[in-house]
Amino acid sequence: MRVFVIGAGITGSLITRELSKYDLEVHVIDKAPDIGWGVTKANSAIVHGGYDDPPGSVRAQFAALGNKMYDELSNELDFDFIRTGSYVVAFKEEDVEYLKELKKRGVKNGVSNLEILTSEELKNREPNLNKDIKAALWCPTAGITEPWEVSIAAIENAKDNGAIVHLDEKVLDIIVQNQKVKKILTDKGEYNADIIINAAGLFADEIAKMAGVADFEIFPRKGEYILLDKKLKGLVNAVIFPTPTKKSKGILVVPTVDGGILLGPNAVDLPKDQKNNLETTKEGLNEVYEKSKALVPSIDISYSVKTFAGLRPETKNKDFIIGATKIWGFINVAGIRSPGLTAAPAIAKYITEKVIPEDLGLNLSKKSNFNPFRKRIPHLEETNLEEWEKIVKKDPRFGRTVCFCNNVSEGEIVEAIKRGAKTLDGVKFRTRASFGRCQGGFCSLKILEIISRELSIPLEEIKQNYKNSWIVKGKVRP
Amino acid sequence: MRIEKVDVLIIGGGAAGLAAAIEAKNTGVKTLLLERDRNTGGVLNQCIHNGFGLHVFKEELTGPEFMERLWEELGNLDEIIRNNYTVLKIDHINREVITLSEEGIVVFKPKALIMATGARERPLNALRIPGSRVAGVYTAGVAQKMVNIYNRLPGNRVLIVGSGDIGLIMARRLKIEGMDVLGVVEIMPEPGGLIRNVVQCLEDFNIPLWLSHTVFKIHGKERLEGVTIGKVDENFNPIPGTERYIEVDTLVASVGLIPQNELIENFVEMDPINRGPVIDDLMRTSIEWIFAAGNNVAIHDLVDFVYEEGKIAGRNAAKYVLGEKLPKPKYIFKRGNNVGVLLPQRFTGKEPFKMYLRPKKSLEKSAILFSGKVVRKFNWKIRPSEMIDLVVRNFESLPNEVLVEVNKID
Ligand SMILES: Cc1cc2nc3c(=O)[nH]c(=O)nc-3n(C[C@H](O)[C@H](O)[C@H](O)COP(=O)(O)OP(=O)(O)OC[C@H]3O[C@@H](n4cnc5c(N)ncnc54)[C@H](O)[C@@H]3O)c2cc1C
Ligand SMILES: Cc1cc2nc3c(=O)[nH]c(=O)nc-3n(C[C@H](O)[C@H](O)[C@H](O)COP(=O)(O)OP(=O)(O)OC[C@H]3O[C@@H](n4cnc5c(N)ncnc54)[C@H](O)[C@@H]3O)c2cc1C
Repeated sequence: MRVFVIGAGITGSLITRELSKYDLEVHVIDKAPDIGWGVTKANSAIVHGGYDDPPGSVRAQFAALGNKMYDELSNELDFDFIRTGSYVVAFKEEDVEYLKELKKRGVKNGVSNLEILTSEELKNREPNLNKDIKAALWCPTAGITEPWEVSIAAIENAKDNGAIVHLDEKVLDIIVQNQKVKKILTDKGEYNADIIINAAGLFADEIAKMAGVADFEIFPRKGEYILLDKKLKGLVNAVIFPTPTKKSKGILVVPTVDGGILLGPNAVDLPKDQKNNLETTKEGLNEVYEKSKALVPSIDISYSVKTFAGLRPETKNKDFIIGATKIWGFINVAGIRSPGLTAAPAIAKYITEKVIPEDLGLNLSKKSNFNPFRKRIPHLEETNLEEWEKIVKKDPRFGRTVCFCNNVSEGEIVEAIKRGAKTLDGVKFRTRASFGRCQGGFCSLKILEIISRELSIPLEEIKQNYKNSWIVKGKVRP
Repeated sequence: MRIEKVDVLIIGGGAAGLAAAIEAKNTGVKTLLLERDRNTGGVLNQCIHNGFGLHVFKEELTGPEFMERLWEELGNLDEIIRNNYTVLKIDHINREVITLSEEGIVVFKPKALIMATGARERPLNALRIPGSRVAGVYTAGVAQKMVNIYNRLPGNRVLIVGSGDIGLIMARRLKIEGMDVLGVVEIMPEPGGLIRNVVQCLEDFNIPLWLSHTVFKIHGKERLEGVTIGKVDENFNPIPGTERYIEVDTLVASVGLIPQNELIENFVEMDPINRGPVIDDLMRTSIEWIFAAGNNVAIHDLVDFVYEEGKIAGRNAAKYVLGEKLPKPKYIFKRGNNVGVLLPQRFTGKEPFKMYLRPKKSLEKSAILFSGKVVRKFNWKIRPSEMIDLVVRNFESLPNEVLVEVNKID
């Protein structure tokens, strides 16, 4: 039995890993040159508590459940996950009422540990928040992670367990015969397939159309961010939400796992043909700054490290579309907007434990030799010095610092390349080299050199990320 | 983890660190210099243009030539310099400097420490310019390294953002190497670099300089395709109607240098305007065994001044180690009207010393005043981009707190 997962974002990656527990031939395919470069790369990186999704929605079904799975998952896959907790803060009396409403909704969604705090209690725990805040809803189980790292970890582990990974390969068509999936056509070839799982993020509607089940559309909704230097670590200790509006959860102040502070996102609906529009705008960045400053007045924007934008894959009903379709073997995991990161582990299990056995009627048998563990690339900043010394003694390249802002060594970069990084971004997202305050000023050329040496390709051929993102033009003189 | 004892430990092997090492070593104390890069020299390595050493060596040298002079002065480099040593942390309570190198973790226990960690470039990303995130955007220093050390060009058509010295020098360099250099945009009404560089790098090469201009938007999908530039008002807000699209595949940003003080800023008194440690005329920080010199103290225009500071720091650190009683700071310099960068902020009043300052605004005719008394007059235009050096000799009559001002005169 051959299964193809389309999309190596967080949902596709975790599904691939889940499938690799069974006796199946599992393939995952992504048009991007690396793992997790779609929606998964640019978002708030919060593992939400799961209290605020409308009860009865598909989102509510998976969010709280997914949250609970993160401890074990991060333990097995060795990625960063910190249960920082989150606050929804209220400035007005009616907002305080809304917090009570949210708390009740939490109970309905199976999130029963919520607490409403007074402004006094909040002040002690988060001294930098706006003093006008009247009350806050505290959710201790909310957390933060690095979504692309979750994807990378899941794919590495799936690969270890036999999954086959196709990157830089775009799905162009799906051949259906007798109401059953038959083939997948890509820009590199064609493959027979028994089951196809559509986890194509913003493009899931196009993939569904290829299989002839075009009953939904995906609209991009942009969210812009400003990332602040990790010198500000501790500015907030938990995720800070304003009272949500109908449209979105609002503009937040979020600690990142490596100590930075993320501000954003705003929410701007884009036309359907703008699924690649990741431009930041003056208005958007201003809005992010103004609104985050309302939450934490002492935010100093001169600590900006960079700005970026992400696109939410929205559907008309603002809900996930998950399950089998009228085409046997074609499964949708579409419209995975927020809280998709949170829900992804639960969605993945649901595919293998419910959709495939119950809706497709297939009995899957588990591999006896599945290895659930994957080890991360060691990072100096997360390791104590005695241990790091042992690593250096084994391989001196771990003693050669390349990225000074985040203390990333040549050893880590070489390991990232071994694990599949081919581009500057590939290295950056695996090691955090050039992710810091100098944004690659000191290290980008050294990283180019290392990639060139390790992969035996000339500097001119190394890309920042996608095909046309060349960095070096050619020799000054021969 | 190995522990090494040393008298004077220097962190950073740029011009400041090398100069400090020369002085310290000459007094006979055990001196060691840690450099995180493959070799010492710091920014000198990549500055193959000339203009270095006019004051110190009375010659116009290139950066690498200047660096080699320092190596010669230092003598046996292997004994004093450890390359590829990154300082991770300074434990100021236990006086330990924790480093990472191919040897693993080495902990140094110095009697005196000299910080000479230099500066880093502010990346364009930090400016929050709207638009796409694309390849083809470099800081001037990266572009300089790419061309001068890696022998590679960054692209075909380039716009320079910011008229700092490195930006100006790179405009010329890229033009000489055959790139289309469309111009330099500068958000301020005046150039950010030395006037000699505006003349020698732009005017002599017919490269336009657009003052009060900036990049409004970055365009492109994967590689840079163009930028929208335009004029800004006094408050740096875009003036509508001035927008213009320029097709370029490369942006080179020279938008400021930032002193690197991450290792000490949490326990040493810092000057928020210099963005470096508060120091006295002996180049001592607020912690008696920690000295500092060079671009990490404040951004300097000329290597000669950095070199002189390094020497002062090296000499006094050695004296401190040898148990000589160094005088305590007696006077404080305070910023008054129109004073930006200013150092030292403290002084002992024992010997003449050089003060450095930058005016905040340009003035046609001006004077420096110490607590109301004129100490120096300028008949030429002074500007923020050109650091003023002033030898202070007569301090007997000064109050303990000296207000420094740069005022207009007729
Ligand atoms: C601004 C913003 C903030 C968010 N904040 C949060 C949050 O804090 N917490 C949370 O839980 N969720 C959050 N989300 C939602 C979360 O980011 C997404 O739900 C999640 O990343 C979706 O992952 P995915 O794998 O479904 O999609 P993607 O990551 O987009 O993966 C889909 C993949 O399919 C590939 N693909 C597409 N078409 C093809 C093709 N034809 N052939 C081959 N491959 C193809 C793409 O290259 C892509 O890699 C946020 C989203 C946004 C935009
Ligand atoms: C492009 C450019 C052009 C210039 N042109 C001229 C000119 O024409 N004439 C002139 O007189 N001056 C010029 N200057 C100015 C002058 O060269 C510099 O001010 C001077 O060289 C700075 O020296 P420094 O030692 O302070 O810093 P740097 O040269 O930056 O040296 C600092 C050193 O410290 C090391 N370091 C930092 N942190 C650590 C750590 N944690 N552990 C170990 N090592 C560390 C760094 O790797 C670096 O080698 C120019 C400067 C630039 C950038």
